[in-house]
Amino acid sequence: MSKPTRITNAIRALRFAHGEMTQAQLAEQIGVTRQTVIAIEQGRYSPSLEMAFQIARVFAVSLDEVFHYPDGEKASP
Amino acid sequence: MSYQQKGIWVYLATSACAYAVYLGIIVGRLQSTPAAQVPYAWVLLWTTVAAILASTMGRTVVETATRSDSRRSDVRDREIDRFGEYASRWFIIAGAAAGFVMALLKVDYFWIANVIYLGFVLWAVAGSAIKLVGYRRGL
Repeated sequence: MSKPTRITNAIRALRFAHGEMTQAQLAEQIGVTRQTVIAIEQGRYSPSLEMAFQIARVFAVSLDEVFHYPDGEKASP
Repeated sequence: MSYQQKGIWVYLATSACAYAVYLGIIVGRLQSTPAAQVPYAWVLLWTTVAAILASTMGRTVVETATRSDSRRSDVRDREIDRFGEYASRWFIIAGAAAGFVMALLKVDYFWIANVIYLGFVLWAVAGSAIKLVGYRRGL
């Protein structure tokens, strides 16, 4: 099954690095359901730019420490 | 499974079951009565009302049996809902267009009502299925 997004993320690792934060706790902090956090972690849902910044702010890191996009891809015009 | 997903499963099941009951009754009547004389209106109405009631009660029963973390919906739920409605709207448009053409051609009311009803059922079933796929595989 192909993932609908090529964006990967380090949310799971960041949660564990931040006192083993649960998915429910992260969901509460960014105002979404736990299912949405699971979907983002598994690459089944691309969050909005605003939500991406909220996630980065929770972990006190920059956006590109949370989300990664593979190199060598030309953006569509 | 989230509260919204469970609700969609219940809606899908009740919509499909209600239409199956309707079809079973009407096809049975068509065996012995010409289409123009088949009494369909009350069956159509009560299966529709029964589907709405069953969906409401079914959701309560499912939620009682398997409690969800939260009943709150978020931006992802709304996006999946919008996508499902957008993608399935063609069934309701096709049903209405077919009914319109059939009325212009003076086709019997029985067939016009049934093709529009079928459009509504396909809209409900396809919309629910698309949303469930959206939840499972992502948008």
